[in-house]
Amino acid sequence: MSTAQTGSKNVIWDWLTTVDHKKIGILYLAGGAFFFVLGGIEAILMRIQLMFPEFTFLGAQTFNELLTMHGTTMIFLAAMPLLFGFMNFIIPLQIGARDVAFPFLNALGFWLFLFGGLLLNVSWFTGGAPDAGWTAYVPLSSESAGQGLDYYLLGLQVSGLGTLIGGINFLVTVINMRAPGMSMMRMPLFTWSSFVASMLILFAFPALTIGLLLLMLERLFGGQFFAVDFGGNVIIWQHLFWIFGHPEVYILILPAFGIFSEVIPTFAKKRLFGYSAMVFATLIIGFLGFMVWAHHMFTVGMGPVANAIFAVATMAIAVPTGIKIFNWLLTLWGGRIRFTTANLWALGFIPSFVMGGVTGVMLAVSAANYQFHDTYFVVAHFHYVIIGGVVFGLFAGAYFWWPKMFGYRLNETMGKWFFWLFLIGFHLTFFVQHFLGLLGMQRRVASYLEGQGFGDMNFVSTMGAFLMSIAFIIFLISIFTSKKNTENVNDPWDGRSLEWTTTSPPLHYNYPQTPLVRGLDAFWLEKYEGDGRMKAAEPLGDIHMPNPTILPIVISLGLTIASFGFIYLVYWLIFVGLGITFGAMFIRSVKEDHGHHIPVDEIKRDLEEG
Amino acid sequence: MAEQQASTYEQLPPNPETATLDGRNKYLGFWFFLGGETVLFGSLIGTYLGLRAGTADGPGPADLFHLDLVFIMTMILLTSSLTSVMAIINMKRGSHKKLLGWMWGTVILGAAFLGFEIYEFYDYYQQGLGFGTSAFSSAFYALVGTHGAHVLFGILWISTLLIRYRNSGITLTNAPKFNTAVLYWHFIDVVWVFIFTVVYLLGIGG
Ligand code: HEM
Ligand SMILES: [Cu+2]
Repeated sequence: MSTAQTGSKNVIWDWLTTVDHKKIGILYLAGGAFFFVLGGIEAILMRIQLMFPEFTFLGAQTFNELLTMHGTTMIFLAAMPLLFGFMNFIIPLQIGARDVAFPFLNALGFWLFLFGGLLLNVSWFTGGAPDAGWTAYVPLSSESAGQGLDYYLLGLQVSGLGTLIGGINFLVTVINMRAPGMSMMRMPLFTWSSFVASMLILFAFPALTIGLLLLMLERLFGGQFFAVDFGGNVIIWQHLFWIFGHPEVYILILPAFGIFSEVIPTFAKKRLFGYSAMVFATLIIGFLGFMVWAHHMFTVGMGPVANAIFAVATMAIAVPTGIKIFNWLLTLWGGRIRFTTANLWALGFIPSFVMGGVTGVMLAVSAANYQFHDTYFVVAHFHYVIIGGVVFGLFAGAYFWWPKMFGYRLNETMGKWFFWLFLIGFHLTFFVQHFLGLLGMQRRVASYLEGQGFGDMNFVSTMGAFLMSIAFIIFLISIFTSKKNTENVNDPWDGRSLEWTTTSPPLHYNYPQTPLVRGLDAFWLEKYEGDGRMKAAEPLGDIHMPNPTILPIVISLGLTIASFGFIYLVYWLIFVGLGITFGAMFIRSVKEDHGHHIPVDEIKRDLEEG
Repeated sequence: MAEQQASTYEQLPPNPETATLDGRNKYLGFWFFLGGETVLFGSLIGTYLGLRAGTADGPGPADLFHLDLVFIMTMILLTSSLTSVMAIINMKRGSHKKLLGWMWGTVILGAAFLGFEIYEFYDYYQQGLGFGTSAFSSAFYALVGTHGAHVLFGILWISTLLIRYRNSGITLTNAPKFNTAVLYWHFIDVVWVFIFTVVYLLGIGG
């Protein structure tokens, strides 16, 4: 085997070919942040349009496109990739591994996500973005004119494939790559919840794959799945979409729960209350997440029995979720709480998310749902759980792990401004929407009339959105102005889990020696019962690492080219694209790549410098 | 590099496909992948069940299906799984030649299955069942066609392995590859059994 470092000096080439989970994690964060800003701009444009009754800032068609792209972008291209960024960077560190199980597939997953996301957004420049909502209900979507919906179908297909690959990678990583002593019930909760979320990805995404495939066949190749006059059925789309769609919201929230479960014990200086209850609650939420999809379809006419079953199943999820909330509260109880920015996000999360949960149970009352359905009450509900839960979690994770990932701490003063302005802006924006919904304002409308009495609250809502934007800009500035805070970055928060035992940023092989884990909160245990350093599970020796490769990009590029072929039905383009993809896969399969070894001398040198 | 890695038969452990961490990762990862594929086919089968009565004015299952043909196809595919089992048994015994021989048997049977399927589709098309004729036809072609595409992919995959490793002997690198390919092959075989039941038997009898 070669021991030569194949790493090239060219920085850009280095990032394009990387298979290092930390770099891929950062790529995910950068890509996710880009789409988060894009989705945020789309939201602000919609909010400006809704600021006054009968306002004419945007046309109705543009509004529909912004609405669709905002929802799709935020869910698939912002929230999930940002979580994937943390999962990539942190999980291997937390379980004491040097890399993920499939470094190549990991890179492939990222590039598929990025190319799929870009593909979707190309639609802005080619005659109109998709306009049938992020749920793309048929027949609205199957009849929608132009290519917008085709971009939606192919873009999501490509990026969804990336997500699925990523999910499988995390599952195997967690099961097979744990350091000695890191039993499942000693794993940090972020790893646990990401593991369960990956399980949901695995079993939910294929339903979306099929939904998108059928709709593509319908739109491009004359299929009749949803055409009622040919014996088709429009409800099938809704089932397929929500069999994927409901687990999707747990795919988003579970890793965020995991982040809070790391942040809260660290800043309460107490071990997590009810660790095993937390694990089991996570598993139960994951399981029930597959049992409730039809609560999105109460008004479709499934009948009282089906409605009742899905209503009760949905309410049941409140139980394990409640267990989690109480466990966080009891972790805080009697703790020595430090109000760092990371912890503020966690503390702000608890009440905000509970409000979203309460409206969720209200929505689950299927009889009442006839009143709430497709009103701003729903918009308020899901933004409370998605922003109050997922986005707060992402911000908490960013402040918590930033020093680990980038080697400097984000400015705390600016962080606190960011937190308070965003928190206030968030509640201003969405709290009033509950009442707008109850008053009868429908969701997905481009405007409303003068005399309907919606004007004031919509104005307030838009002001809140401006406040959130200002807050977020403060955060973006602080990323660039905090770079000098490089002291005390290895273990800045007095951490409990393995990632805090590495340097910041970690060496590219993470651990010179694989650590030996002796209990839950492995690092904390060594701090209080050992000498504050991890014991090694192996002697110092050569380390085997995978080689960088350009093939993941080539595979993704091929699929993107083929997607254009599908969208415009240019058959040779489909063949060229698929040819590139399968050709690259063929090369990958035929050329054995055994990676390289880092010689022990080099590791010793790193240790002396570090 | 592969040649350096190649061990002689005596050195190979009894389960070469899971002897290395890479091999174990592949094995487990592939099982997960098949879990996802199960949902994929489950969604297609569910869609088909929802739409199979929607024949509009076109031909329906009872007008079209020849059970005899499909029964032969089923037998061919089941046999192809059997040959792949023989291949893996021989791989574990360390016989590279027999591994290749049995695997080629699988490839040939798979190709025969695919040939029959193409004939079947052609026949239905002649009888007036185009892809867009009715919801039933779309759902039928989508389900059975997706399965057929999986068979095609399996044939290409296994052939690639067979050609690539025709002279290499069994190694700790290629044993996991053969093993996952065979796992995949069994999976599409099992899926076919479901399709045979749900599409063809129910189509004619139920
Ligand atoms: C940052 C502040 C945000 C603002 C001001 C905002 C605003 C809006 C607005 C005005 C709508 C349209 C409501 C309608 O007409 O029915 C909407 C819909 C939506 N938003 Fe947001 N949003 C924000 C963040 C997010 C985030 C972070 C996510 C997800 C991660 C998200 C997911 C969605 C979804 C899924 C829809 C539904 C789209 C559809 O109906 O197809 N939003 N949002
Ligand atoms: Cu749901």
